[in-house]
Amino acid sequence: MTAPPIPVESALKSSQDASSPAIVFEQVSIAFERKPVLDGISFHLAKGETKAIFGVAGSGKSTILKLSLGLLKPDDGHIYVLGEDVTELSEEALFDLRRKIGMVFQESALFDSLTVRENVAFRLFEEGNVSEDEIERRVREALSFVELEHTVDMFPSELSGGMRRRVAIARAIVTQPEIILYDSPTGGLDPVTSNTIIELVVKQRDVYKTSSLLVTHRLQDAFTMANHYFDRKANQMKPLPPGARGEVPMGFLILRDGKVIFDGDVHELAQSKDEYIREYIS
Amino acid sequence: MELISPTDFAIDFARDKVQAVQDYALLAARSVTNLFRRPLYVADMIQQADLIGVGSLPIVVLTGFFIGGALALNSANTLQRFGSLSLIGQLVAVGMVTELGPIITGLMVSGRNASGMASELGSMVVTEQIDAMRALGTDPTKKLVTPRVISTVFMLFFLTIISDACGLAGGGAVSSLMFGMDWHQYWSTAWQILVFRDVFTGLVKPVLFGFIIATVGCYYGLSARGGTQGVGRATTQAVVASSILIIILDFFITRLVMTIFGYR
Ligand SMILES: Nc1ncnc2c1ncn2[C@@H]1O[C@H](COP(=O)(O)OP(=O)(O)OP(=O)(O)O)[C@@H](O)[C@H]1O
Ligand SMILES: [Mg+2]
Repeated sequence: MTAPPIPVESALKSSQDASSPAIVFEQVSIAFERKPVLDGISFHLAKGETKAIFGVAGSGKSTILKLSLGLLKPDDGHIYVLGEDVTELSEEALFDLRRKIGMVFQESALFDSLTVRENVAFRLFEEGNVSEDEIERRVREALSFVELEHTVDMFPSELSGGMRRRVAIARAIVTQPEIILYDSPTGGLDPVTSNTIIELVVKQRDVYKTSSLLVTHRLQDAFTMANHYFDRKANQMKPLPPGARGEVPMGFLILRDGKVIFDGDVHELAQSKDEYIREYIS
Repeated sequence: MELISPTDFAIDFARDKVQAVQDYALLAARSVTNLFRRPLYVADMIQQADLIGVGSLPIVVLTGFFIGGALALNSANTLQRFGSLSLIGQLVAVGMVTELGPIITGLMVSGRNASGMASELGSMVVTEQIDAMRALGTDPTKKLVTPRVISTVFMLFFLTIISDACGLAGGGAVSSLMFGMDWHQYWSTAWQILVFRDVFTGLVKPVLFGFIIATVGCYYGLSARGGTQGVGRATTQAVVASSILIIILDFFITRLVMTIFGYR
């Protein structure tokens, strides 16, 4: 059998940092207008890990991502991001923390009065110490990642929904943040484009060791991520050899009725006896 | 669905209102304290100043001129009865500079820009652009609110001066063309009557009105909820609230300045 493509040392290295996970939810609850959405959920996202979050529409997946950024405050519980308790931080302090995190919103949330270039460069402009040339280079690079270099001078309203999603991804990765939160990055996209995005997520995970939470409705996408690794030499995604186990840091989290009903890797998921989960993954 | 008792409803309602006033006060305070925190968005301020100032210029010139003219017409009517038509320049000058210039300009800019700000920020809220901005590590009160407040205060100040001047010109045109008054006499009496107190009242008002227009517009925009309909509601409320506040505040500033400087 061929050696696991991601060297064991590096897999170990990223799990060594598990003592300081990227994101920790501790008994987090939140209700909207007295309707509980999350009911005491807890989970860890290890450094370098990508965790896919599943659940039916309205189960609170987007809410988890917004809570992680401190855009919403929980009614109860604590959330630690990169060691800091976002439930306790002031809005002012949160802005500094958020610069280390990229987020792809479900509806893209591009600034509609700015061009694609200005959208992607927004954070670089805000940092203020990046030269014009450097900004242009990094914007082009991020856009070429999502194969949208030709749209730099267009406005978001001139793009298709899928293109907007990809611009949003470019905007999130342009500064290479430590954590990326993807909200349904492949939702409503054709198989070719969504494959490009899956490859991009896998590359972020395996090459840049980014920690990420990934909300998706498509279990198949997450299985692909769990069964593939990014081969740096070939610069493309390749399937893991059969029988390989735990070589890629990919986790699964399933929500139901405000609770976490599954939190584990792909093998545990495949072996789960829970009826709801069996039905979900079938 | 549970029924809510009238007292509970009243308490909820009162709490919401108190909360709203508190939120508004916080936003207004932050819009000023942000000036002392980096970064300062100078480019956004200039862009807003251009939008508010240059964009409002035509309506301010027009309304100022015709209000001044109407003021002269009305005054002439009364003054003629007492045979003191020569006082017309003084009446127009004081009326325009202390009262009508600031209030007309304030109301015009409120109608044009408080609504613009509320709808722009409101749309950004409902399309999650404000959340996206926060997620990107940028404070929307710094990037969006402070530049609007600063440039509205700054531009309203100068727009009011322009409106005053146009009003005086309108009054002059009416006096000389319709009542045969000497143009020079009109200007010299108009000019001489103005004392420091009048000019001071007339220039403090636009500063406060500008602050009200921008903070109220941004507050309603940022608290918009419920899709495009919510944005529409926020826009209307912003114009109504800022116009009412301007008129009420106008009374109190006038009263305060009189108390400080004494009556004529
Ligand atoms: N700002 C809000 N105000 C009121 N209710 C909200 C708000 N945001 C979310 N909710 C409610 O919280 C629940 C979870 O919303 P959330 O957006 O997290 O769902 P989701 O799992 O992302 O769904 P989807 O798969 O459709 O994206 C929903 O029932 C929604 O109605
Ligand atoms: Mg969602």
